[in-house]
Amino acid sequence: MRRASLRAWLVLLLGALYFVVPLVGTFEFSLRYRRGVYSFEAYRIVLADPRFQATFGYSTALALATIVVGVVLVVPTAYWIQLRLPRLRPVVEFITLLPLVIPAIVLVFGYLRIYNSSSWLPLTASEATTDLLLMFSYVALSLPYMYRAVDTGLRAIDVRTLTEAAQSLGAGWRTILLRVIFPGVRVAVLSGAFLTFAIVIGEFTMASLLDRPAFGPYLQLIGANRAYEPAALAVIAFAVTWACMAVIQLMARRAPGQVAGGR
Amino acid sequence: MAFLEIDGVQKRFALTTAVEDFRLDVERGEFVSFLGPSGCGKTTTLRMIAGFESPTAGRIRIDGVDVTHRAPNRRNVGMVFQSYALFPNMTVADNVGFGLRVARRPAREIRQRVEEMLALIKLPDLGSRYPYQLSGGQQQRVALARALAIRPQVLLLDEPLSALDAKIRVSLRTEIRGIQRELGITTIYVTHDQEEALSMSDRIVVMSQGRIEQIGTPFEIYNFPRTAFVASFVGTLNILSGRVEDPARGAILVDGQPILAAAGLEGARAGEARLIALRPESVTLDGATADGQNRLAGTVEDVHFLGSVVRIRIRFREHAVWLDTFNNPRLAPPARGEPVTVCFAREAVLVLESPPGG
Repeated sequence: MRRASLRAWLVLLLGALYFVVPLVGTFEFSLRYRRGVYSFEAYRIVLADPRFQATFGYSTALALATIVVGVVLVVPTAYWIQLRLPRLRPVVEFITLLPLVIPAIVLVFGYLRIYNSSSWLPLTASEATTDLLLMFSYVALSLPYMYRAVDTGLRAIDVRTLTEAAQSLGAGWRTILLRVIFPGVRVAVLSGAFLTFAIVIGEFTMASLLDRPAFGPYLQLIGANRAYEPAALAVIAFAVTWACMAVIQLMARRAPGQVAGGR
Repeated sequence: MAFLEIDGVQKRFALTTAVEDFRLDVERGEFVSFLGPSGCGKTTTLRMIAGFESPTAGRIRIDGVDVTHRAPNRRNVGMVFQSYALFPNMTVADNVGFGLRVARRPAREIRQRVEEMLALIKLPDLGSRYPYQLSGGQQQRVALARALAIRPQVLLLDEPLSALDAKIRVSLRTEIRGIQRELGITTIYVTHDQEEALSMSDRIVVMSQGRIEQIGTPFEIYNFPRTAFVASFVGTLNILSGRVEDPARGAILVDGQPILAAAGLEGARAGEARLIALRPESVTLDGATADGQNRLAGTVEDVHFLGSVVRIRIRFREHAVWLDTFNNPRLAPPARGEPVTVCFAREAVLVLESPPGG
């Protein structure tokens, strides 16, 4: 019994070291910008860089748009499949998993072929429409995470009975979705949203090939040309992700009757 | 004209018929239970009244208005579900006031009505709690208040007590019936629990395999079941098969012994096979009552001591009956194998409509 407990602790310790050591190493390296002393100089340079602000701002705006479109697309779809078309669930699950199977580079070349400036729908003809195309491609990319999070949340509540209860009280479809179903899966939607945010913030391939000033290509550029700043950027990216996860946890604790979706 | 009219309603799902030719008139303020085993069509019928299912044929009218194809949110029908179906993200007060907010009633009216409803279900101080902070019984009372808050024309309850423990079930059914009487609301109650149906209803609709077997008051359903199904489903019953000996006298032969029935053999022919039913409490051991008109000789096959009641099984030849007798501390129950004679009144013999094989 005692030996088993010791072994469990050992495994836990090894796991913790596997995750923590590279992080600590990266953080420690990011502080070595000045010779002989630890400083946050790399962070100051990164945060003061106008390209950082511009690309981070661009990707954040794109991530928010992706989340809004993703939620508007996924929540009603997952709800309707759960309520009326449960037989279609395997088909929809397969479709939502496709972005995990098809490499982003294949997807983006497909988009360029279909939506190029001489096509019937020339989305790459202007910057604004290219942004739109990039946003929709991010919606597709984040579909596996968003759909699964929302679907898990919906499965945890009795969608059919709640819908019928609301209907018998006079509610129409819009009221049911906005006041009953959506609040019931708010935390699940949030977790899907934060996963989407994390994907969009770090995405390189699509933004680079569509030639948009996103944060992913900026990370690549800095990583290829500088020594300490990429480490600082990696730590910042981790901090943003952890902050998102902390917000999910906080929301889950605050909202009664909530079910967190997840992967 | 009845307040709720269900006129020849039928529901088919692909190849199966869930409800067949359902006809029922419910008066204003009446409490009607749909009673039957799982899959008999009672919940499907209720869901058609609520609007969650569309009938394949037939009409449903509420207060003279045809609502057969009207959307559920436009029927003004309150529904209470087995699983409570309270909105988990809303407080008790918000749940109760939901229907009124949907109807865009003024805030003051909503507050007043919510307070009124919470007082009605005797939970006036729990308005700020969330559903997960309540017991099952409290949640179901809130669900009832929520359904009643919108002042529905008809209240539908779909096995509302099934998920609760026995003690709460008994107290809550008294409470539900009390509230229904107080408000005078027309109510349809679906249950598979005969005790619930018998104790709460003005009338009971017994259903089997999508069809109505019998409609009647609890007294009629229990004492005068028309079919073998009703007889066996409602209460404990002994079913015996006999052969009609003399229809004019009401004489039937059971295992070669003659008995008399007070009614039920009108139009029967001598030699015809008939099912008869006897309630355990209407059968006594010889000597327990003096005026038993029918007597059947048999032997004691089994004795179950249940505390206040002793349940004894008497075997004749092919047939056996259970009889219930009150426990008497000064009189030991008969021993197994002991020869006895059972007695029962002519009126206790229920001749059922469906003969064996037809």
